[in-house]
Amino acid sequence: MSARTSQPSLDPAELLARRARWTPLEIAFWIAAFATIYFLPGRHLILTEIAIWALFALSLDLILGFGGILSLGHAAFFGVGAYVAGLLAKHGIITEPVLALLVAGLAATLVGFVTSFLVLRGSDLTRLMVTLGVSLVLREIANRYAEITGGADGLQGITMAPVLGLFSFDLFGQTAYVYSLVVLFVLFLLARRIVNSPFGLSLLAVRGNPVRASAIGIPVNWRLVAIYTIAAGYAGIAGGLLTQTTAFASLEVFSFDRSADVLLVLIIGGIGYLYGGLIGAVVFRLMQDWLANITPQYWQFWIGFVLVLIVLIGRDRMAAWIRPVRDLIDTLGARIRIGTIGGGR
Amino acid sequence: MSYALETVDLEKSFGGLKAANRVSLRVKKGARHALIGPNGAGKTTVINLLSGAIRPTAGRILLDGQDITGFEPHHRVRLGIARTFQINQLFGDLTPVETLGLAISERNRMGHDWWRVAGRKPAIVGEVGELLSRFDLTDVMGERTATLPYGKQRLLEIALAFACKPRVLLLDEPAAGVPEAERDSILETVAALPENVTVLLIEHDMDIVFSFADRISVLVNGELFMEGTPEQVAADPRVKAVYLGEGTDA
Repeated sequence: MSARTSQPSLDPAELLARRARWTPLEIAFWIAAFATIYFLPGRHLILTEIAIWALFALSLDLILGFGGILSLGHAAFFGVGAYVAGLLAKHGIITEPVLALLVAGLAATLVGFVTSFLVLRGSDLTRLMVTLGVSLVLREIANRYAEITGGADGLQGITMAPVLGLFSFDLFGQTAYVYSLVVLFVLFLLARRIVNSPFGLSLLAVRGNPVRASAIGIPVNWRLVAIYTIAAGYAGIAGGLLTQTTAFASLEVFSFDRSADVLLVLIIGGIGYLYGGLIGAVVFRLMQDWLANITPQYWQFWIGFVLVLIVLIGRDRMAAWIRPVRDLIDTLGARIRIGTIGGGR
Repeated sequence: MSYALETVDLEKSFGGLKAANRVSLRVKKGARHALIGPNGAGKTTVINLLSGAIRPTAGRILLDGQDITGFEPHHRVRLGIARTFQINQLFGDLTPVETLGLAISERNRMGHDWWRVAGRKPAIVGEVGELLSRFDLTDVMGERTATLPYGKQRLLEIALAFACKPRVLLLDEPAAGVPEAERDSILETVAALPENVTVLLIEHDMDIVFSFADRISVLVNGELFMEGTPEQVAADPRVKAVYLGEGTDA
């Protein structure tokens, strides 16, 4: 955008840092997200769900948008995180939620690392089948060891300690929402950092042209293992958040529906720019909520209908529709910056 | 005499077809060596074997005397052998600056750095700038590679291999598909490569070969047919026969 409005820059350092620069639109996005804490107090339950979906879809974007790995079993890692967080709280092993969430994420990271070697080779179809298979296997393991996981009844009797020992989970879900949003924001910052690093750039190269990537010295397989492992950790933290904010975990966390829905969320929002999962989660969950009110039985029909429309119209054309809004925010942002810094950089 | 690059009885079969048959190629340090041959002679197969894109059925590859036959492509690049592709293999969504910055950071073993922003290292930025001007890409450095004119993409193709700081550079038909008007700028760039870089040029176009190479190997039907100076090759009636028989397009 900046290249369109200003003179094209011919400074390599500036051009290399361009991807990493915060745009006014991004800043506006996060201000709006945090403003919901105060301005939509009655909607915190659904907003918490959205934040968790957003984190889960962000995780999928890391492997699909930056690793080019198509997965239909991403719920595997979500589920591992969900159960680990649940078990830690239920048995009082680690009661402090933030620490427990980290451990849940680490457990999913480990499972991600081990299974990453299965998705290195093969076409999209093989990867779809392998990822789907892994999630089904994990679901059945959770089902089989019912004495630990609660089986089909789910993991019950979880009581959550206050976050950082300070903030108790309340009935209105305010703590849960602020907690989820902060976790999402922190992990988003980290993901943003990762994708704009040399490592992130090498992922884009691998996705774009693996043959050439290896011909300039990039160890393609190791980079894929790394991003798959990181993304699994993200998914595990999303799953852990769900358990912690609902004080419940069921086999549904591993389900195929969840894997398919998160792919849907990401496709609605767009792949490969990190915000896709976030925007997709908002659109998907609000649409689901709204449609379920209008037509409780057939809301999935409309979700499907919208999905077909999105694919047919194409994202480029839709991006063009919102361009005026984008330009407006960019201009405003530029004015504010000039106003505060006095024109300097 | 040690060689920068040597193959020993290199073989590659695709089913019943022997695309490379007992190829023993020796490229001296600092040479401007050309590998020529009619279409389908197996030139690109040899390059693919050297770069590790495909594995040989038999034989060995030595880089500065070190056996690299079983090494992964990215490992070979780190040891100092880089290649270009006959058909551009670039990263369409990245800009030339990013593409070259990426190659340099990989070479400096910073490719796994997931924390610092790509543009904050003065050494990398400086080298990117040098590469851009050497390969005449400064004016398009910030544009998406996919939108660049073909000639510029071709230059980036070579610049990208050169950014890996190879000791041995494999050029697979660098001027392929380039319009006559832009051809000279590419050939000048190739001619201006530093002398300490050993270059193996795969080429179909005889004008380019004879203006560039100090040593020529002729490949026919997957076998090394002859090797010699440009004068020897030009004078050899058998080479003429091979090319005339096929119909030269040079």
